[in-house]
Amino acid sequence: MTALFSLAWSSLLNRKGSVILTILAVALSVALFLGVEKARSGAREGFENTISGTDLIVGAPTGTVNLLLYSVFRMGSTTAEVSWPTYRQIAERPDVAWTVPIALGDSHRGFRVMGTTTAYFDHYKYGGGQPLELAEGALFDDLFDAVIGADVARDLGYTLDTPLILTHGLGAADLGSGHENRPFRVSGILKPTGTPVDRTVHVSLEAITAIHVGWETGAKNPLADSIPTEMIRSFDLTPKTVTAIFVGLERKGTILTTRRQINTNRGEPLMAIIPGEALRELWGVTSIAERALLAVSGFVIAVGLVSILTSILTSLNERRREMSILRATGARPGHIFSLLVLESGLIGFMGALIGIVIVHSVFAVVAPMLQARYGVAFGSGGPGLLDLYVLGAVTFASLVIGAVPAIAAMRRSLADGLSVRL
Amino acid sequence: MADPVIDIEGLRFAWKSGPQVLDIEAFRVDAGERVFLRGPSGSGKSTLLGLIAGVLQPQAGRIRVLGEDMSTLAAARRDRLRADRMGVIFQMFNLVPYLSVTGNVLLPLRFSQARRKAAGNDPQAEARRLLARLGLQDESLLERRVSDLSVGQQQRVAAARALIGSPSLVIADEPTSALDADARDRFINLLSEEVERSGATLLFVSHDASLAGLFTRAADLTTMNRAGAPA
Repeated sequence: MTALFSLAWSSLLNRKGSVILTILAVALSVALFLGVEKARSGAREGFENTISGTDLIVGAPTGTVNLLLYSVFRMGSTTAEVSWPTYRQIAERPDVAWTVPIALGDSHRGFRVMGTTTAYFDHYKYGGGQPLELAEGALFDDLFDAVIGADVARDLGYTLDTPLILTHGLGAADLGSGHENRPFRVSGILKPTGTPVDRTVHVSLEAITAIHVGWETGAKNPLADSIPTEMIRSFDLTPKTVTAIFVGLERKGTILTTRRQINTNRGEPLMAIIPGEALRELWGVTSIAERALLAVSGFVIAVGLVSILTSILTSLNERRREMSILRATGARPGHIFSLLVLESGLIGFMGALIGIVIVHSVFAVVAPMLQARYGVAFGSGGPGLLDLYVLGAVTFASLVIGAVPAIAAMRRSLADGLSVRL
Repeated sequence: MADPVIDIEGLRFAWKSGPQVLDIEAFRVDAGERVFLRGPSGSGKSTLLGLIAGVLQPQAGRIRVLGEDMSTLAAARRDRLRADRMGVIFQMFNLVPYLSVTGNVLLPLRFSQARRKAAGNDPQAEARRLLARLGLQDESLLERRVSDLSVGQQQRVAAARALIGSPSLVIADEPTSALDADARDRFINLLSEEVERSGATLLFVSHDASLAGLFTRAADLTTMNRAGAPA
């Protein structure tokens, strides 16, 4: 077999040009397939690593997925809020261990601003239970303190005590809709987490109320800026509403009961979701597209394999002479068969290997860009079992496909005998 | 006297649904002989060589080669016999294009353990020795692409390949038809010498009757073959 292996190798080297093109076709098809699969599983892993330890998320009635995307991933927007008294009711339920209210809607130079309480930093967990940690500085203490995520600090070059101005809504700061007269200062910078937390500016709920004094109608009252900040500090800054509430329960066993009771709340309508369940619902929505993509890229692999077949079949005519030389020097039909199957297998193996290398190189470059854009870290990028499976499957399939030209060559060499009539 | 190397009796062969190509009553080659078999193109000589080498099987008659009955031997055994004990030289395009000169010479050793054993501990050296014996001493030639060699050089590489591992029977099918007269005679002499040295038997087929004198015996396929040449 080793004798045939080196023969197959030399034969491929001799046809470098077309063989490299075929290998490339296989490599690209494998890269596409693995790319789709890795993007899929990477995104899932990234999303699933973003929140843990929170049993329920409560908000105004909207779509399950929408509430999750908005409250945890800072994607999309919500139309309704939860009133403060209702929040207090939930916080005081006997089956609730802790609550973290959040208020969203403002931004700072493209990064979302989230009003919350310091309890957020105690209870929010990511990546299977890791807590948020400060890289430097402290949690907010003063009304106009802000704790910024690692990406915010890095991208904007902020350090402790850097002043920052929030913007109403998600627009740019220079449209006159800013909270120019209420500057904040960076009091703490969080360690990177690979979650949307890195791209969030955290301030206290009271601060959110404070900068919206004079905004009660939804737009800025021209007189709003005339209220001195010192006066605002003396106001009752208890928020009127919050966007959503993260809830931790006393006992996990009550999660379904608690959710039902919140969902059927008399008075203000509410919706409670279980983060893991909402994610599964999200995957349910995306899985149709995912499956279609996987199927298409699977077919592309099939096309890559067919290109191996084509390249070997077309070479057979000009290799007729070679086959009868091999036969004359003692090669049995089985040798001819194995030679061609090996060539096919080698092309498939190298193609798959190069495809895997391509995918990992591309992901090494693209994953940080995706994280910068969406705040979600892609799952572990290193070569895994899947790559091994694909390598094995593609190699095996190309060996099997190689049987087609191999049988043709074997038959022909038997019929040709020792002399080919050229 | 040992078994004849080739012993043919009442041999008949036709390609699928074609006319009779070969009908030979008797043909025999003894061990150590260097036989010249004359046959013009179309006389069925390549077919006869295919039968002797065991890649074809006759429809009728008996053909014994190296003591084995090729007409009844299973295909795998015929392949084994050829791999182990025969060397073949073609008219032209003898060499595998993607192997070096020595790679081509060593090719039979890939397929036969017996030949590997017979070639000794250092097959590379044996290949170089054979090539040198056949007039290819130049070391720089050995790793060259075979397509860069002249036709005469290619045929000598093919001869070295047919001889490596001391096969009992060397079959040559018009190996000199592409060579000029000088190169042709030199090639035949070198081949004969090496065949003799290794104690092999040579069956040399050509249309060129003037070569007959260079061999120990001559035969004519056109008189031997009752099927005659197709028109």
